Amino acid sequence: MDTNGMNLTYTLSSKTKRICQILIGVGLLFTVIGIFKHEQTAIQVQRIWSNIWVNIMFFFGISLLATFFYAVQYAAEAAWAVTYKRIMESVMKFLPVGAALVLVYGILGVLHVHHTWKWMDPTIVAGDKMLQNKSAFLNPAMFLGMTIVFLAVYFAYQRWTCKASMEIDANGDGVSMWKTNKTRAAGFLVFFGFTSVVGSWFWLMSIDAHWFSTLFGWYVFAGQWVSAIIVFNLIGLHLKNKGQGEFINESHQHDMGKWMFAISFLWTYLWFSQFMLIWYANLPEEVGYYLARWDDYRGLLWTMFFVNFAVPMLMLMSRDSKRNRTFIFIVGFIIFFFHWVDTFIMIMPGTMGQEGHLGLMEIGMFLLSCGGFAWYVLSQLAKAPLLVKNHPYIDESLHFHI
Amino acid sequence: MSEKAIIYGLYKDEEKLKEGAQLLRSARIRVKEVFSPFPIHGIDPIIGIDRTWISICSFIYGITGMSLALLMTWYMMVSDWPTDIGGKPSFHFYTALPAFIPVTFESTVFCAGHGMAITFFLRSWILPGVSPKNPDPRTTDDMFCMEIESRMEDQARIVDMLRSSGAVEVNVK
Repeated sequence: MDTNGMNLTYTLSSKTKRICQILIGVGLLFTVIGIFKHEQTAIQVQRIWSNIWVNIMFFFGISLLATFFYAVQYAAEAAWAVTYKRIMESVMKFLPVGAALVLVYGILGVLHVHHTWKWMDPTIVAGDKMLQNKSAFLNPAMFLGMTIVFLAVYFAYQRWTCKASMEIDANGDGVSMWKTNKTRAAGFLVFFGFTSVVGSWFWLMSIDAHWFSTLFGWYVFAGQWVSAIIVFNLIGLHLKNKGQGEFINESHQHDMGKWMFAISFLWTYLWFSQFMLIWYANLPEEVGYYLARWDDYRGLLWTMFFVNFAVPMLMLMSRDSKRNRTFIFIVGFIIFFFHWVDTFIMIMPGTMGQEGHLGLMEIGMFLLSCGGFAWYVLSQLAKAPLLVKNHPYIDESLHFHI
Repeated sequence: MSEKAIIYGLYKDEEKLKEGAQLLRSARIRVKEVFSPFPIHGIDPIIGIDRTWISICSFIYGITGMSLALLMTWYMMVSDWPTDIGGKPSFHFYTALPAFIPVTFESTVFCAGHGMAITFFLRSWILPGVSPKNPDPRTTDDMFCMEIESRMEDQARIVDMLRSSGAVEVNVK
């Protein structure tokens, strides 16, 4: 395929900007109404903080898993997704912002500005034997130390690899960089494999401080992964709609659709494995987590689970539907929202107890974050050519056919 | 019906075979079968093979497996002899459903996988005691063979076309 005739400069059109602005505007409006509808009691303030954390975790997770997926392409020497590289990079470039937000939110937690993590409060720990036993791990120094180290390494790899990608474009030599790219990607994956799990314990699991699950890290990982894949798909469709995605052919779309399909099942499998074992064994120290969700978030919990399982299964099973843009768009849109709901259900019962629900404020903050995230990512996409040059596998990827 | 000639063109390279098949196709000659040690990418549309139905069969087998497992667990654990395992309320099917999901999943996969394999063997007629349809044992090693059935008068033309597209050996039966 000849790349000379393609328009590889993406510009953020005023129409796209307008959509982002509308999302942000509507989101802001809903948020403000949601905040001032209620009296500003402690639980309302807690609600605002929890919502901020839901969105930080969701969108930070997307950029982190985009980085993971990008590293996988190098480590596995995969050729097919080379045409998606710049799209992935644009999502990855949100990582510095997301990481900074995670860090700031964590520091504010340690400073007791908000009370997302109960174990950070010494008065609660003093009266709680279980939290005292866990305090060797669950303490502010450990939390901040690990958060800083993890985020620093993620950020370092993301920054380096995005820069290397631009350098290869400029200096015309993708082959000599190949080995470095591959080993660093593999190193990052090893680091990521351990730390993403530990990170999810600190950032999400320890909100329900008494509860623990060995599967939790993977479950969070799978949810964030499928969300990242959906974002790649949606950006690919956006480019196609603008008439700029000639380098994404039907086979690329088919494979990205397959990822969406497959990782949805990985997520379902892990979610259900965690739930089923806890439900079956019925052990007092484990079952509290699901009782809190069962009692106060039952409708949301099951809707979220069935939508995230059944919609991709039924709608993306056939080969033709994975090649159909409308199907990918609809399924991507639906499960993107319901994976956000999944993050919501991870956090809210722990921080809000019975008071949490999906109201105007929650939807508003989600739309606000969506608009901001889309705007940021698309303006990053506009900063580089849409297709990498001089990558050793670019020709193979352009001719990809399944 | 007139006498038919069966021609075998043997190639050393699967890309050459694809070119040959394309050539025959453009001359409106049907390639009856291709024998190859491995699946050749992109050969299906050239020799006019439709997309396989095996994925749809697999889906049906999977649905069957799922239904059988649900029926089995319902009959054994709820209807015939309500079983109380670990205090789980098995007296309604839906309240104990999570416990039945793993076996349902396994049964679905089992039926889909085995059904698909058996369908494949039947469809290709690869069964114990069946003599191989393979015209040349070298196609199980490093040769690619194209089988063409044609009228007697076309025979010379086809042999020429096969040779010109790079067939290393052409046999006529």
